[in-house]
Amino acid sequence: MSLWEYANPVRFMALSGRVLPWLAWGAGLCIAAGLFWGFFLTPEDYRQGSTVKIIYLHVPAALVAINGWLAMLVASLIWLVRRHHVSALVARAAAPVGMVMTVIALATGAIWGQPMWGTWWAWDPRLTSFLILFLFYLGYIALWSAIEEPETAADLTGVLCLVGSVFAILSRYAVNFWNQGLHQGASLSLDAKENVADVFWWPLLVSMAGFVMLFLALVLARTRTEIRARRLHVLRLRERME
Amino acid sequence: MMPELGKYAAEVTLAYGVSLCLLAALVAATVLRSRRVRRDLREMEKRRED
Repeated sequence: MSLWEYANPVRFMALSGRVLPWLAWGAGLCIAAGLFWGFFLTPEDYRQGSTVKIIYLHVPAALVAINGWLAMLVASLIWLVRRHHVSALVARAAAPVGMVMTVIALATGAIWGQPMWGTWWAWDPRLTSFLILFLFYLGYIALWSAIEEPETAADLTGVLCLVGSVFAILSRYAVNFWNQGLHQGASLSLDAKENVADVFWWPLLVSMAGFVMLFLALVLARTRTEIRARRLHVLRLRERME
Repeated sequence: MMPELGKYAAEVTLAYGVSLCLLAALVAATVLRSRRVRRDLREMEKRRED
């Protein structure tokens, strides 16, 4: 069976209906376990004190904020190239989830930054590109809402998504491109010396898995709602014409 | 049960409070809209069947 067959709304609804409960439970369990472990059972960092516990929210939220936009990019490209309606609806469904994750990353970063950097905000390359990513999320959601004709809305938001992808990538690699600013390099690395200590790493990994599953569960749930909303819209139009 | 958060207790608590509230609001908004649309669609399909 080809992957494209799931672009059929009926097949998508059947598959997503089976997968969604598992993802939702997995997300709930992993987030609860990761945050409990991180908050209650890990020690303070010798430099950051207890603010290190913010990492269990900040890093997973930032991970999902960036990769959520990249998922929207893939879905938008599928729409623009192959015109599968479900993929356009997936992109639409992912945007509010990604936006909330961006807000969480910005808020927790600011709350951590105040005691550690002495400021809530700095026009640092990574922070600034993340703020622009948030504005792109807002613009994307507003554009979907502003255009009544669904195919035109999907086309224009698809193009906006391509442009915004530059900032999604920048928000991840800005630290490497411009070796300046307050934001430190990546907390996670395959190099054991660069990576955070194991005592912080394992609960962080569980929390990240939970946030990723939450993103997938919410996107599936919202896409299912969008598919139903579109059918409802069509039926209402038919009713008016009859 | 609360861990000793030292002088950064306010910051850590605020970060967790804000984040969990935002996540809860996102999940609630998703579930509520899903229920509303599903109910409206069911009513519309029932009306068309009658």
